[in-house]
Amino acid sequence: MNEKVIKRENASEESAAMRPAVNVVEDATGITLYADLPGVPKEKLSIHVEGDNLILEGELEINSPPNMEAIHAEVDLSRYRRVFTLSRELDGEKVSAGFRHGVLELRIPKAEHAQPRRIVVQAT
Amino acid sequence: MHYRGIFPRDLFTELERLQREFDGSPSIRGAAPGYPAMNVGTTPKSVEVYAFAPGMTPEAFDVQVENGVLTISGERKNSVPPEGATIHIGEHFSGRFRRVVSLPDDIEPNSTTASYRDGVLHVCVARREAAQSRRISVQ
Repeated sequence: MNEKVIKRENASEESAAMRPAVNVVEDATGITLYADLPGVPKEKLSIHVEGDNLILEGELEINSPPNMEAIHAEVDLSRYRRVFTLSRELDGEKVSAGFRHGVLELRIPKAEHAQPRRIVVQAT
Repeated sequence: MHYRGIFPRDLFTELERLQREFDGSPSIRGAAPGYPAMNVGTTPKSVEVYAFAPGMTPEAFDVQVENGVLTISGERKNSVPPEGATIHIGEHFSGRFRRVVSLPDDIEPNSTTASYRDGVLHVCVARREAAQSRRISVQ
């Protein structure tokens, strides 16, 4: 699963976004991706697969008091975005997702034909 | 969410120090801006602190106000990958963390509230009534 920057003509998609930190773990039957998206409510999270690309996007919703004056900001953008390229053996149609306390967990299974098969070595 | 880059020296000295580290003179604790990332703001009635610490439970935080200093600490435990799994990317912070914010003089430490939502810890420290500007009506 390689990361790739996608250049688009649509300027809004290229507007400044934070890159969520991720953990990616692969086992025999698929890949699990965990992405840190603190501040994003479930409704503002979007995950889609376009061709070979897996696109994660989320918008922050902090609800700070309207009269608040910010004096220090380490998180100063209002959205996250990160794109991954899925390799061919992964089944983009069967992605499942869970989202809890700002952590997205995505499970991308390997296609049937790519599942491991144990070849029994026959004694001759 | 819009933030202006105002930085009062006397109020948030610790955050200023962290900012300096970020700007290129790393301390012995490293040049990283610290985990979790924090935003701080003020209103006439409160100091609002937001810590971006996903993957926790509310009980896993230790939030303390002592001697005019707010300390947020805790431990992030990530799920252990199953045996035989390969870790391709491992960017998540893991382990204990601690961050400190110096509060202004006019705070009311006993009326501090904290809540955890969507992976963000929000601490609201009230400021004393007396410090709030009041309109005096002319008789």
